[in-house]
Order: sequence, then C-alpha cells, then structure tokens
Amino acid sequence: MPDGPLLKITAVDAFYGDFQALFGVSLSVDAGQVVAVIGANGAGKSTLLKCIAGLMHPSRGEILFENTATTNTPAFEALKLGIALVPEGRRLFQSLTVEENLLIGGQSRRPGPWTLARVYELFPVLAERRNLPAPALSGGQQQMAAIGRALMSNPRLLLCDEISLGLAPIVVRDIYARLPQITAEGLSLVIVEQDIVQALRAATNVYCLQEGRVALHGAARDLSREKISAAYFGV
Amino acid sequence: MIVEHATRSSRIGVVLIAIALVVLVSAPYWGDRQTLRLLAEMFTFIALASLWNLLAGYAGLVSVGQQAFVGLGGYVLFALAMLLDVNPILAIFVAGPVGALVAVPVALLIFRLRGAYFAIGTWVVAEVFRLLASQVSVLGGGSGISLPASVVLAMAPSRQMREFEMYWLALLLTVAILATIFVLLRSRHGLALTAIRDNELAAQSTGIGVWSIKFAVYVLTAFGTAMVGAFIFLQKLRISPDTAFSVNDWTAFVIFITVIGGIGRIEGPIIGTIIFFALRQSFAGLGSLYLLMMGAVAIVVMLWAPKGLWGMIVERLGWQILPLQRHLVLRKDARGKS
Amino acid sequence: MQWLNVILQGVLIGGLYAMFAAGLSLIFGVMRLVNIAHGDLIVLAAYVSLVATQTFGMDPLTSLLLVVPVMALIGYGLQRGLLNRTLGDDLLPPLLVTFGLSIIIQNGLLELFTADSRKLQAGAIEIQTFQLVENLWIGALPLIQFAVAVAVIGGLQLLFYRTALGRALRATSDDQAVAQLMGLDTRHVFAVAMALSLAVIAIAGVFLAVRANFDPAIGPARLIFAFEAVIIGGLGSMWGTLAGGIILGVSQAIGAQIDPGWQLLAGHIVFLAILAVRPQGLFPKVSG
Repeated sequence: MPDGPLLKITAVDAFYGDFQALFGVSLSVDAGQVVAVIGANGAGKSTLLKCIAGLMHPSRGEILFENTATTNTPAFEALKLGIALVPEGRRLFQSLTVEENLLIGGQSRRPGPWTLARVYELFPVLAERRNLPAPALSGGQQQMAAIGRALMSNPRLLLCDEISLGLAPIVVRDIYARLPQITAEGLSLVIVEQDIVQALRAATNVYCLQEGRVALHGAARDLSREKISAAYFGV
Repeated sequence: MIVEHATRSSRIGVVLIAIALVVLVSAPYWGDRQTLRLLAEMFTFIALASLWNLLAGYAGLVSVGQQAFVGLGGYVLFALAMLLDVNPILAIFVAGPVGALVAVPVALLIFRLRGAYFAIGTWVVAEVFRLLASQVSVLGGGSGISLPASVVLAMAPSRQMREFEMYWLALLLTVAILATIFVLLRSRHGLALTAIRDNELAAQSTGIGVWSIKFAVYVLTAFGTAMVGAFIFLQKLRISPDTAFSVNDWTAFVIFITVIGGIGRIEGPIIGTIIFFALRQSFAGLGSLYLLMMGAVAIVVMLWAPKGLWGMIVERLGWQILPLQRHLVLRKDARGKS
Repeated sequence: MQWLNVILQGVLIGGLYAMFAAGLSLIFGVMRLVNIAHGDLIVLAAYVSLVATQTFGMDPLTSLLLVVPVMALIGYGLQRGLLNRTLGDDLLPPLLVTFGLSIIIQNGLLELFTADSRKLQAGAIEIQTFQLVENLWIGALPLIQFAVAVAVIGGLQLLFYRTALGRALRATSDDQAVAQLMGLDTRHVFAVAMALSLAVIAIAGVFLAVRANFDPAIGPARLIFAFEAVIIGGLGSMWGTLAGGIILGVSQAIGAQIDPGWQLLAGHIVFLAILAVRPQGLFPKVSG
C-alpha cells in the first residue's frame, strides 16, 4: 500500500484559453473513499475531472496519483496508471455495439477483478442488449454501459462525471444502489454531481466548488444543509 | 460609433500603391521586352492567385481544378479568334461570361461534395474539360494548335505596339480583378465572406445565406479565371489540352503562391507572387527539383506559419496595405458624448 | 458476345480500382482525411517494386513481400511524423499538405527514375487465359487481381468488425477524446490506420505495375479513379467501394469500345451522372 492519499491535488489552476476555470484547487482522496464534488453549473467540476484524467492539464499546481506526479500525463497513459473517467453525457462509441464498447474499455488489459462477465452481473440489462448498437439503449442503460466500460479497465480510481444527468430519479437511484458493489474491492470514487442528495448519501467526503474555488470540504456527515447551501450558492 | 476601415499603415499603403501603379503603367517606356514579359507573367499569377484566394481563403472552397477555367478561357479565345474572326482582345472579354455560364452547372454538380472531396471533384471537372478539348479536332485535338499570324497581326500594326498592348492588358485585367475583390470584401457581402472564413457554422446561424454566397463567389471566380486564361494563351500564341489544363502550371504554383504569401488576406497573393518569382529567377533550370522544393516549402509554411508570410507580418505588426479591416471608432458628438 | 467480353474486362479492372479506393476510403473513415497524394503513393509502390525486382531479381508478385512492409512503414512514419499535425477542424492544412506531398513524390520519382515509361514483367501468367464459355475468355492475371481485390476488401471488413484493432479504429473515429480515455494513443492508432492503407496501396501498386505502363505522372489519375469509385459506391461502405470500382471499370470499358478516346471520359460522365442523380452514392453507410 502506498503511503499517503491515493490522489492528491495541490493548488491547481486550469484555463480554457484565456478563461480561468480553476483557482488554486486542492483535493485529496484516500484509498477506498468515495468523494463527492458538488457545485453549480460552471463551478469547475468537470474541469477538475478532466485534469485528473489527463484530458487537459493544469497550468499551475500538482497532481499526485499513488505518489507519482501525473500533472502532465496524457489521458491514455493515465488510464494505464489506473485512473478511469466516465465522461459527462455518457459518450459511448456510437458505431460500436454495447459489448464492443465494454471490450474497448478493457483493451488496456490491466489486471483486476472486472471482466465482461462481472460487468454483465452488475448490470444484467446490458447482457440482454449486448449486441445492440450503443445508440439503441435508453439513457439509463447507456449510463450503465459507460460505467461498465470504465470498470473494464480495472482502475484504482474511478471518476464519474454527472452520471445522474438527464436520467429519471428512479433510474438514478438504481445506479447509485450498485455503487457499493463497485467499491467493494477497494476502488476509490470521485463523483461529480448536481444531484446533491444522492451525492451526499453515497460519499464519505464532500468538496463544494464555487466559481472554480473550493468553498467547503469535509466529511459528509459533518456538513449541515445550511453550510452546503451557503457554499454552493456563494452566499 | 462608426465603422472605419483605414489604419495608419493602410493610409501609407494606399499611397504606395498609387506610386506603384504609376511606375507600372509607364513600364513600356522604361523597361525592355524581357521586363515587360516578366511583369505581365507576374500580373497573371497575381490575378489567378487572388481569385483562388477569394475562393479558398474567404469562401472556404478549396479547388484544385481552377485550371478548368484557365483552359476554358484559352480555348474560347482560340475558337472566337480563329473560327469567328473576333478580335482577340475582345475575345478575352467574352471569355469571362462564358466561364461564368459554364461555372453554373458545374457548381450545381460539385457543390454536392464537401471539403476535400469537393477539391477532387473540381479536379475531375478539369480532367473532363481536358478530355473534351482533345476531342475537338477543329481546335487541334490532342496535339493542340497555334494562333495564325493573321490573327496576331490584326491586334496591332507593329510588334512593339503589340507588346505594349499585351502588357497594359495584363495590368488592366489584374488591377480590375484586384479592385473587384477589394470592393467585394469591403461591402456587406465581404463581411459575410469574412464571417464564413472565420467560422462557417456560426455564420450560418446569423442568417447569412452561405450556399448562395459560395455559389456566387465560385461563378465570379470562374469569370475572372477564364479571362486571365484567355489572356495567357493569347500571350503564348499556342494552345493544347495538356498545357491549357495543366495542374502544375495553373493550380500547383497558384496554391504555393497563396499559401506562402498568406491565405485569406488580400495582400497575400501579391507577396507570394513576388517571392515565387524571386525564387524562380534564382533556381531556374532545376526543373523538377524546383517543384519538389516548392512542395516542401509549402508544407513547412502550412504547418508552422499557416497564415503565410503576410499573415505573420499582420500578426506581429498589425500592418495592412489595403484598408480592409473594420474597427469601431468612438466619435464624440457636439455635446462631448460618444 | 463481344459486349459480354467488354463488360467482363470492365468488371475485372474494377477490382483494381476498388483496391485503389479501399485505402482512400479507410483513411477517410477513420480520420476524415483525404490524402491527395494517394495516387502518387500507388505509383511510389510500383517503383519500390521495380527497385526490388531489379535489385533482388525477384518476380513482381514475390516483391509484394518486400513492398507491403516497406510501404506500411512509410505510412506509419508519414502519419506520425507529418499528417497527424494536420488533423483538426480546419480543412486547409490536410488538403494543402497532402497536395504538397503529391508534388514532392511526383517530382522526386521524376528525379530518381526519369519520365520513362516502365512496366514489370510477371512472366507467363501475363498471357495466360482461360476460356469460360464459347467466345468468352478471361485472363489469368486480371482474374487473380480481381480475386485479390475481393480478398483485400473482405479482409478489411473482417479486420474492422471482428478484431480488437478494428474496434480501436472505429472507436477512435467515433470519438477521439473518449478513445484516449480508454487508453488508446490516438497518434499511434491513426498511424496504424495509415500503415494499413499503404499496405493496401502497395498491393494495388504492384498490380498496377504488372498490368500497365507506369511513370511518375500517372498518380493523379489513379487518385481520381479511387475517388470516383468511392463516391459512386457510397461513403462508409467497403463493399460499396467494390461496387463503385466495378461500375467505373465497366463504364470505361464500354466507352473504350465505342471509341478509344472515350475511355476515361465515359467513366467521368457516369461519375458525374451519379453525383447529379444520387449524390450519396449507391450503397452509402454514412452521410458525406
């Protein structure tokens, strides 16, 4: 077991061209933890996940994963180190079938407990639809496929970007109900959510972003509704 | 607030252009035959490159088949002069409308293609023209034909007069084409074109009729290109399908000139032509090695200086020779408010 | 019977055209790149085969063992070193860079080999013919070429739809960013696709060299045939490309039969007609 947190982000600034999206953000995730990152639209949550996953790079600050600096690691290498992202909006490969999408997730051949069979066990509805083209699935099913695809790479850290977006509450509850099965073997999660209720229920720790800055953080059970509202809306 | 076009550098530029024009118009009186021929050749390339620039750099229609209209113009000239006894100089001005007319059905066909496939489509059209020209035996078929002496003599009484005439014609054509492009870019349609150049999707969402503008630009460019083509082959006095529709001569060089000078800027083709001819004078006689070098230079420029030489200068120094930018100027009115 | 013969010859050469087109279609499908130098690369392959046969005394068909890997390597390097830099939203860079490449290859070959026309000899198989039915003959070499073309296209289909590499290619073409998230180095994936395309070009080039005279300038015409085959058949469909190649070949054969000077023109006219009447092609899978 490595010393220190699994993921440690220190004072990260991130830009889109001239627009600054993150201001000195710091965050840490211990092994086995579920960390929720909440905040309003445009608060910088997705940007943070993209930096961790390697889709973009911070211009200042440091990202350490298992004590290795991954600040400038490109996405395809970050995956090989054990960081997987379930992107916002699912983004399944449109011309691939469900099963092919899952197989692509596993193409890096990282060792671990997650196999095609195991993913089908977790999400049986995917097994029924394995040979259908990805666009033929409902929103909730696509979200399950996207999660399954990320799991196939046997990550140590799974990043979930707004998995409740556009889904009916009952579907969201169904997906969140399976999270414990995902974290059972010690997989750590960072969940970005606009649905605060679900996020708080699932998480051990919470970070609240407001306009690119960390406005509040702490253990989920320690934070009251009032504190979170204040941090969320910047009141 | 009003829109102003000029900048300090462009005011200087306009003066420089006026001086240059005076110098060029008077060239027959200070230059020898070689110089006149060289200048005329440069003018034709400036014209062709400016037209290609309008098409590709502004309307986003990258054509590798403009030689279709160069050759068409040439053949129209030869047909009119040889078969219908039309004065060759007049024939040049007929070639324009003919080019535009032919461009209409061509555009309707190839506008069904996008991007690079459109480009190859223009090449196919040029090939079709070339093959059709080879079939026209009355104009020399596959081996081509020379302009009879009688036609040449009809242009002007003395050889010197003819040389002067051809030179001024080249200058006139080029200035007219550049002026038309300038006026177009300065107009409302020019603003639309610049919008299309910068971001086509966004331009479409503001209600600009992108398709009709592109169509109009394609037809207009064909008009100009055909006229230049007619002039070129009047100058050469001989035409054949392979020279008329040569990709190397009328497309490769034109593209290199525009890329190196700067795509999407009106000054680009002028700068590019000067560089191209300077290089040619130095490396003449290297044949295919010269072309190879040009290809390599074009690639390097495209990757590392995609706005071309003039684009780099504009970015660094903010110069422009011709007043084409649009900037908002706050003007205070009588009460001191803007 | 004579017309049947003409059509048969057209079908067979259509296979070669389909091979020209397969590489072009592949690259466009994976990275939306149209390689203007495509035809010149076919000619380059022909010259590589020429050098191989002259240096090692092999026959052209054996030279494939050398030409295919060499061209594949060139394709990988070309994509990784040069063409990857042109990919993006802007249309001009890939077009102009591959155009520049086309000029470089043509003139490079001209410098190295002069404009002399060449042809490779494949031996007895060139003149061997079979009689199908009375008055209907088929050449052994054209038949082999056609069979190879079908095999190549079938092989590519198999690769794309039944292998991990094919999955990776399709995924990268769907969504480059997410493919990266799956651990795919897209620079490498694109380079592999180009290597594949050049491998197919290599086979096509060797067959071209055996079938007809070649010189450095015939590249653009091959590009046009490839392009016409792709458009006639419809974008995104490999078997459509085969159909497109056959239709082109047959059109040219019929045109040539009417008048030798009409061979190329007939092909172009059929292409333009299909563009006018059914611009998405005969068997399209995706919209252009």
